[in-house]
Amino acid sequence: MEVLKTYKLYIGGQFPRTESGRSYAVLSQSGQHIANACQGSKKDIRNAVQVARKAQASWAAKTAFNRSQIIYRIAEMLEARKGQFLEELQALGFDLKSATQEVETSIDRCVYYAGWADKYQALLGTVNPVASSHFNFSVPEAMGVVGVVACQQTALLGFISQVLPALIGGNSVVVIANQKLPLCAITFAEVLATSDVPGGVVNILTGSVEEMLPTLSGHMDVNALSLAQLDIAIVEKAQTEAVENLKRVMSYSIDFSQSRAQGLSYISDFQEIKTTWHPIEQIAGGAGGY
Amino acid sequence: MMSQTNWNLEPSMESAAQIQLQAQYELFIDGKWQAPLSNTYYDNVNPADESHLARIAWSNAADVDLAVRAARSAYENVWSKLSGAERGKYLFRIARLMQEKAKELAILETLDGGKPIRESRDIDIPLACNHFFYYAGWADKLQEAFPGQQVAALGVAGQITPWNFPLLMLAWKVAPALACGNTVVLKPAETTSLTALKFAEICQEAGLPAGVVNIVTGYGDSGAALVAHPDVNKIAFTGSTAVGKQIQKACIATNKKLTLELGGKSANIILEDAPIDQAVEGVINSIFFNQGHVCCAGSRLFVQESIAERVLEKLKFRLQSIYVGNPLDKNTDIGAINSKKQLETIERYIQLGLEEGAEIYQPTCELPSAGYYCKPTLFTDVAQSARIVQEEIFGPVLTIQTFRTMEEVVQKANNTPYGLAAGVWTDKGARIFGLSQQLKAGVIWANTYNKFDPASPFGGYKESGFGREGGLHGLRAYLKFPN
Repeated sequence: MEVLKTYKLYIGGQFPRTESGRSYAVLSQSGQHIANACQGSKKDIRNAVQVARKAQASWAAKTAFNRSQIIYRIAEMLEARKGQFLEELQALGFDLKSATQEVETSIDRCVYYAGWADKYQALLGTVNPVASSHFNFSVPEAMGVVGVVACQQTALLGFISQVLPALIGGNSVVVIANQKLPLCAITFAEVLATSDVPGGVVNILTGSVEEMLPTLSGHMDVNALSLAQLDIAIVEKAQTEAVENLKRVMSYSIDFSQSRAQGLSYISDFQEIKTTWHPIEQIAGGAGGY
Repeated sequence: MMSQTNWNLEPSMESAAQIQLQAQYELFIDGKWQAPLSNTYYDNVNPADESHLARIAWSNAADVDLAVRAARSAYENVWSKLSGAERGKYLFRIARLMQEKAKELAILETLDGGKPIRESRDIDIPLACNHFFYYAGWADKLQEAFPGQQVAALGVAGQITPWNFPLLMLAWKVAPALACGNTVVLKPAETTSLTALKFAEICQEAGLPAGVVNIVTGYGDSGAALVAHPDVNKIAFTGSTAVGKQIQKACIATNKKLTLELGGKSANIILEDAPIDQAVEGVINSIFFNQGHVCCAGSRLFVQESIAERVLEKLKFRLQSIYVGNPLDKNTDIGAINSKKQLETIERYIQLGLEEGAEIYQPTCELPSAGYYCKPTLFTDVAQSARIVQEEIFGPVLTIQTFRTMEEVVQKANNTPYGLAAGVWTDKGARIFGLSQQLKAGVIWANTYNKFDPASPFGGYKESGFGREGGLHGLRAYLKFPN
C-alpha cells in the first residue's frame, strides 16, 4: 500500500494547509486524478504577504556572497531530488525526455542565478561624475515584496525562471503556482526548506489564479508583480489593480525553455536605483575627482 | 537670539526689458507655428503681480493628432535615419544656443512661473543647458552603454512636464529622448509654457529637422489626448501622483513604455553630530527652494531630540531674514506661488495644520499686495498621522518632528507611500552610508539637499513613480531592449 503525499502550501517556512480548508483535484494530461492540492484563499495571500514583508529586509541584508551560496544550495538540493520531480512530471503526463529537459534546465538556471548574486550590482550601478564636490553613486536595491504568478505553461521551469531573479536581488516573493500543474511548486518548497533559504523569503500558494491574484495585485504592501503567459484580460485586470500603489508590473510572454529567458535584465526588472550624494572634503592643493 | 531682522533691502531688479513677448502663441508642429484647430486660447498671467503675459493656444485632440503625425513622419523619414553622431551634433548645437540665450530664458522662466531670478539664472537654466550637452554625448555611444544588448529607439515619445521647473524638466525629457533616436511631442504645463515655446524657436534656429520636436500647449485635456493617442510609443510624465496613476491606467493594454516622476514627502534628517549651522541652511534650501514647489522637497524635517530646541531656534531666526517678494528682484529668496489655485491649496493645508492642532510659526515679513505669495511656514507638534505630515503640500510649508534613535527615524522617514528623496545631516561618513542603505528613496543627499546634475539619476521608489531621469540610467527610459 503506497503512502500518498499531501500537498500543502508553503508560507513562512512552514507547510500549512489553506486556512479555507479547501482542496482541488490535480489531473494528469489524460485526465487521471493524481493528487489533491490546497485551494489557497485571499486570506492565505494576505498572510503570505505579511511574512514576506517581515523576511525581506534581513534577506536583502545578507551578504551577496551568502545569497549566492544559498541559491547554489537550491541547485544542489534540486539535483538530489531530481528523481522525485521526474516522477511527478511523468505522472502529470510528460514524457521522460521533456521532463528531464525541464528539470535539468531548472537546475542550470539555479546555478546561473546563484552566480549573479554578487555581480549584478557592478553592472547595474554607476559612479556619476557630478559637478559639485560629491561622491555620487547609484546602486540597485531590491524593490521589496514581489508577487509572482508562475508561468501557467510549465510545471517547474517558469516558476524557477521568475522567482530566482527576484530572489537573488534581495526581494521576497509570494508565488501563485501554476493552477493546473501545482505539484512541482510544492515539491520545490521542500527543496527550499532544506536549502537555507530563510522562512518567509519564498512563499508558495496553490489554487485559483483568478481568485487569489486580485488580492496580490491590489495589496498595498506588495511592490511589484511578475506575471507570465496569462490571458491578456487577466494581465490587464491585474495591471489596473496594481495602479493603486503604483506597483511595477512585469508581464513576460517568453518561452522559458529558451536560453534568453535568463539574464541580467530579469534581475534588473525588480531593482530600484538609489543615488547617494556623499560630500567630499576639499583639501587645499589636492586634485582628484570620481 | 530672536530679533527683528526685516532688513530693508534696496531692490535689485533684473530688467525684463529685453524680453519681447508675443501677444499670442501658436502650436509648434512640424517645424512651423500653427494656429490650433481647436481655435481656442487661454490667458497666461505673471503670478508675481497677476498681470497678463500672453494668450496661449489650447490644443485639442485634433491638434495633438497633427503633432503626433508630424513626429511619426519625422521619425520614419529623417531622425531614425541619422547616425547617433549626427543626432548628437544637433543636441550639442541646441545646448550652445540655450547657453547663448541663458539670460533671456532665465527672465522668461521667472516672469512666467514666479521663481526667484537667482534660481532660474543660477540653477534652472544652466542645468537645462548642461542636460542637453550631457545627453548629446550619449547619442553615438548607446551600444557601448548597454553591451551585448541590441538597443533601439522607441519611436514617438509623448512628454508632459510640470510647472515647477519648466525648462529644466523639458531638458530632462527632450534631451535623452532625442539622443536615443526618438521624436517628441511635448505638452508643457499650462501656467508655464513660455520657455518651452522659446525652446521651439531654438530648435528652429538650430536647424533641427521639422517634426522632431513638437510642442502642444494646453491644459490637462491636451495631455490626456497625448496619452491616449494610439501612435505614441512612450509616455514620460512629471507631476502629481494622482494624475500619474490615471496615466498608468490609461497606458494599460497599449504598448506604450511609461516612466513617471511623481510626488514626494521627503524626509530631511538632522543628527546630533551634524554641523548645525550648515544643516539649518540646508533645511532652508530643502523646503523653501522654488517656494517649496519641488517634488523632492524636504518637507518633513526630523531633528534628533538633543539638538531639537537649538535647531528650531536657529531656524526661526533664519526665517526672519528670508526675503519674500518680487521674483525679478535679485534679493528675493522666495518668489511667487505659481498660480492662484496652488496658493489656495497651500493655504488650505496651513489651515488644516492649525485644525489638526499643530503649532505654527511664520516670520513677520510683509507680502506684496498683488500676486500670489505665501510666508515660509513651520509646523511643530505634529503627529506622524497628521495630513500635513502625510500629504504633499507643494509649498513653503515644513513639518518638524523629533526622534531619539536611528531606528526610530528610519521607521518614521519610511512611513509614507512616497519614496523620492531624503536628506541626512551628520559628521560621520559611515552613518551617511548606513542611513542611505535604510532609507527607501531614490535620491539620498548627505549634508546637502536639492542638488541636481545631468550625470546623476533621479527618480522615486513606491508611489513617487518609476524610471530614472539623468545619467546612464536615464537612457533606459527611451530605448527598446531585446527582452
